[in-house]
Amino acid sequence: MTSPGAVDHRARPARLLHPAAWWLWAGGLVVVALRTTNPWLLGLVLAVAAFVVASRRSDAPWAQSFTSYLKLGVLVVVIRTLFPIFFGNRIPGTTLFTLPSVELPSWAAGVSIGGPVTLELLVGALYQGLRLAVVIACVGAANSLCSPYRTLRALPDALYEAGVAVTVALTFAPQLAITARRVREARRLRGRPTSGPSAWRGSMLPVLEGALERAVALAASMDSRGYGRHGRAPTATRRAAAALTLGGLVLVALGAYGVLDPGVPFVLRTPALVAGAVALAAALALGSRRSDRTRYRADPWLAPEWLVSACGVAAVVGVVTSGRLGDVLDPSVYPLELPGVPVAACVGALVAVLPAWLAPEPPSFGTVTAAVADADLEVAA
Amino acid sequence: MIRFEHVTFTYPEAEVPTLVDVDFEVPEGELCLVVGTTGSGKSTLLRAVNGLVPRFSGGTLLGRVTVDGRSTDTTPPRELADVVGFVGQDPAAGFVTDVVEDELAHVMENLGVAPDAMRRRVEDVLDLLGLHELRNRPLGTLSGGQQQRVAIGSVLTAGPRVLVLDEPTSALDPAAAEEVLAALTRLVHDLGITVLLAEHRLERVVQYADRVVLVGGRGERLVVGAPEDVLAGSPVAPPVVELGRLAGWTPLPLSVRDARRRAGELRERLAPVVPSDGPHRASGPGATGEREVSGAGGRPGTVVARAEGLHASYGVVSALRGVDLELRAGEVVALMGRNGAGKSTLLSHLVGLRAPGRGRVTVGGREPHDLPARQVVRAAGLVPQDAGLLLYHDTVAAECTAGDRDADLAAGTTRAVLDRLLPGLDGRAHPRDLSEGQRLALALAVVLAAEPPLVLLDEPTRGLDYPSKHRLVRILSELAAEGRAVVLATHDVEVVADVADRAIVLAEGEVVADGPAREVVVHSPVFAPQVAKVLAPEPWLTVSEVAAALGGLPGDAVVS
Repeated sequence: MTSPGAVDHRARPARLLHPAAWWLWAGGLVVVALRTTNPWLLGLVLAVAAFVVASRRSDAPWAQSFTSYLKLGVLVVVIRTLFPIFFGNRIPGTTLFTLPSVELPSWAAGVSIGGPVTLELLVGALYQGLRLAVVIACVGAANSLCSPYRTLRALPDALYEAGVAVTVALTFAPQLAITARRVREARRLRGRPTSGPSAWRGSMLPVLEGALERAVALAASMDSRGYGRHGRAPTATRRAAAALTLGGLVLVALGAYGVLDPGVPFVLRTPALVAGAVALAAALALGSRRSDRTRYRADPWLAPEWLVSACGVAAVVGVVTSGRLGDVLDPSVYPLELPGVPVAACVGALVAVLPAWLAPEPPSFGTVTAAVADADLEVAA
Repeated sequence: MIRFEHVTFTYPEAEVPTLVDVDFEVPEGELCLVVGTTGSGKSTLLRAVNGLVPRFSGGTLLGRVTVDGRSTDTTPPRELADVVGFVGQDPAAGFVTDVVEDELAHVMENLGVAPDAMRRRVEDVLDLLGLHELRNRPLGTLSGGQQQRVAIGSVLTAGPRVLVLDEPTSALDPAAAEEVLAALTRLVHDLGITVLLAEHRLERVVQYADRVVLVGGRGERLVVGAPEDVLAGSPVAPPVVELGRLAGWTPLPLSVRDARRRAGELRERLAPVVPSDGPHRASGPGATGEREVSGAGGRPGTVVARAEGLHASYGVVSALRGVDLELRAGEVVALMGRNGAGKSTLLSHLVGLRAPGRGRVTVGGREPHDLPARQVVRAAGLVPQDAGLLLYHDTVAAECTAGDRDADLAAGTTRAVLDRLLPGLDGRAHPRDLSEGQRLALALAVVLAAEPPLVLLDEPTRGLDYPSKHRLVRILSELAAEGRAVVLATHDVEVVADVADRAIVLAEGEVVADGPAREVVVHSPVFAPQVAKVLAPEPWLTVSEVAAALGGLPGDAVVS
């Protein structure tokens, strides 16, 4: 086994792993994070995600997004920690300081503003914030390991067009940011203020106009390139396939949630999961009857894909086992104590670091080398 | 292959039709060039070929357009994707995927091409357009010429019989334009693909055309014919054709090579004359008269702006590496260099949109990025690449009033400047409905109203036809005569030849040439204008120079 990141010429040829495998792996980590507030376990999951991203992401622009997800996570932790200092239920315990409290009428019982801030309150809020941040980081990990376009390309045929529409929508936000920057610069060129409410009002229209023009240009380009062609399949079949796929996905999502959360009624657990799977299978069968759309170099599903997905599943098995064994998944805040280590869950999470070796090296997109060459010239000059 | 039968098209709410009774045919395997002034309906004509007009534009189309026997009336663009490949003005705006290879395959996925055939065609197109080294590059990291070639490839993989391109080279530097045109001629000559393209930069493409369609606009009839015949009477013509008209050559030369083979005698006649060394400005009627109107400019020769050791970078990529330069009152400076050489970055530093990474920029002795916006507009004005970005209001009149208010000027100042640049623009018109040239004039008026001593223009001739370019050249000369420093970043070597006193060439963020425009431009294979290439080694740059010299030569001095 080679160390991650090292170039080994005997290694398998560089290729991108199937996006679904990365999403299954990341999904497993998300499930672990959602089932615990134990800081040891959360920290471990975060480290695992970061390590795998660092060793298996490509040099493409979308792969550089992981740090922005981490920053977003930090912001979430800060907000989640500050919020209960000012609002919400008070937890008794070691008082650190007291904020002036506001008396609320009786109908607002249960809500409080201000009051004593205890160590227990802060720690509890920190745990909750950390959990959210780790979930965000796991989603970010999947997003930087495979491009959004590749992910959506892996969708079943019946959802192909909706998938392309979503990818296009994903590029909309960055484009909007670029347009907004250019409009702001143009305001400065005219000698107008670039901040404040009047600047906002003045910029909205040009930004939206720019976005609209771009959307129309893109629609024309997509239409000219055959997007949305009527295939040979009858309209009724296509609609049925799309409805089955969407319905199936919703049922599977509900079912998966139900299985993990004991508080959900039984119908929404295993039955929903099974019904969803059946609907998806039917949609795929219908979809394959219309062979009017093809895939260019579809990502193969080989041994590494199986192994990486299995690592995600292992993480889930670990956390479920810990739950059964009565390990400390939700450490007590009042009384405050040092949380124990949920061994089974941690072993599961550690298995999830294996994709750093199991997944093949990503191919180079030729972007970093160009930038580095530039930087070298800079030094030389 | 493409057939227009009595096509008349009117945009919604337009009073006059854009195309009137258009009736012509493009036979298979031809490269057909569509020319005309801006706003004459070139794009409309192109977009009608695969039915984007009227399906995406609205409006009413009478008559019939057929491609390969299929009528756009009954077939929407998506069903024509296997026959017509359409590449719009901004290739980047049409990208759907994120990597070159996937972008090339997208159309085939839609058409349902079998996976092995798809694989083969992608490889073929990668080779055909010289894209194989870029195959897994993210689209956002490509240069302009590469993006254009990928956009062409992304429709070519469908195996279309017809390729329609709207201004494929107007945003490109001369070398990248050559790249794209070489690819296109290969498609026409080797594969027999029919190509219909519109282009303002005739000097780049006319030599490759088999047929020219001149769109008159305003409901005039189309003129269709061989390039030599159509251009003889066309209001838009490249310098080499104008030189041919001046020298009375028939048939008219279309390429530098044609012209050079005939120019021996002209070169001999011009040999005893030396083009004037001073600023070779087109002397417009207002060139001297405006001097007393405006007192904005400084004395000619005083330094207006200065950059010292200027460094700038975007992330790890450095855009400028130690640029030193001085800009003086009364000079027109052309900033040249390939796409991404740092031209726009330098301009945005001079107007204070960006703060220098290292080094110093001063305009009128002060650092522009530290000044509040209101003071910057009085020191330096920039017309960005997309001039429309400067315009927010819904009428020309409102735009002018806002211009006065923004810069604390007396009411009517902006309008007065506008009337000087372009008399008689309707105050009720919406800026978005103006032609490129009119919009540029309006944006320039807004910038000039505050009377900045430094005027910067980023790629101002993009999308301008020859008459608008001549007007721009006249305006820029006047501004310099008033004592302003004018800088234009441009790929348009013909405009540089017309107006610039001094040329600066940037490469990889460094100044590689800085000197009198004639010296910098005349012997460069990339930046030399057509007249210079035809008359080399004599250092002539423009047709008007040659005309003036010939007019000034006494009859008996002509050597024959």
